[in-house]
Amino acid sequence: MYFESFQEFIHMGGHGFYIWLCYAVVSIALIGYFIYSKSLATSNQKELINFYRRMDARVQNESGINATKSNLKSEEDK
Amino acid sequence: MWTWFFQLASPKWVYQFANKLLPWFRAATVILFLVGLAYGLLYSPMDYQQGNTVRIMYIHVPAAFLSMFVYVLMAISGGIGYIWRIKMAHIVSVSCAPIGAILTLLALFTGAIWGLPTWGTFWQWDARLTSYLILFFLYLGFMALHSAFDDRKTADRAAAVLALVGLVNIPIIHFSVEWWNSLHQGATISKFEKPSMDVDMLKALLTMIVAFQVYFFTVLLQRVKAEILQREKLSSWVRKLVIDQ
Repeated sequence: MYFESFQEFIHMGGHGFYIWLCYAVVSIALIGYFIYSKSLATSNQKELINFYRRMDARVQNESGINATKSNLKSEEDK
Repeated sequence: MWTWFFQLASPKWVYQFANKLLPWFRAATVILFLVGLAYGLLYSPMDYQQGNTVRIMYIHVPAAFLSMFVYVLMAISGGIGYIWRIKMAHIVSVSCAPIGAILTLLALFTGAIWGLPTWGTFWQWDARLTSYLILFFLYLGFMALHSAFDDRKTADRAAAVLALVGLVNIPIIHFSVEWWNSLHQGATISKFEKPSMDVDMLKALLTMIVAFQVYFFTVLLQRVKAEILQREKLSSWVRKLVIDQ
């Protein structure tokens, strides 16, 4: 260890402010991006659940419309 | 032997592989950072000229080194995606950009703070600093260009071309301290010569470089996972995976 006491460690020979500012900013950025990138997969999954629901609903709707259209057509044909 | 290589092009396989790897990478990141920080902050000596500010090196140099590594990875995988039209390569390329930009910004920031007590200025328009600032703009340009297209395939290809063109900046950054006069010092670790620094400092620096590297692969895998889900949402395995959970 190169420091005698905790005070000395914080003080860093007068350069404590520069050093701790750098370490603080870097660790906040790295931890923040780690959490963000980890949460992305989860939030995408939630989004996808809604996407699939909407897609299923649309498919059902469309087939419903088509069904009536083709019914009408076949009635016109008659 | 080649099946393993070809599997890398399959988003489904990569997604499952990333899930297996991630716990190990996360654990390794934490351990390496703890060891590296202990070395850097507690068990390495002061510089005889700079005093304790030299400890900023243990985050400045890994961030700067990694940001250039990430750029090369981004450009090469973008190029692979462009030439062979491999979806996975574009996914990796696009996932590299945000973390690369963050690392570049961090290296710029820590460099500026380090410059204040040692150089007496936080910024100088010299070759190393300016070319490195351009790297930051290249990352921003890549992300802006990619988000400017509605069609994802066009966006991937356009951004890949930008990344490849910007690759020319990497050797410029590396050699800038030799080609031009700069406030910035030259490289202290080189493959060919003995490093010109104390052994304890070198230990701390190398551990931190590895820690940053492993951290990068961790966040890259997390990002790639999310990107795969988004892009492969119409394939049945993604649907099954999402609904099962």
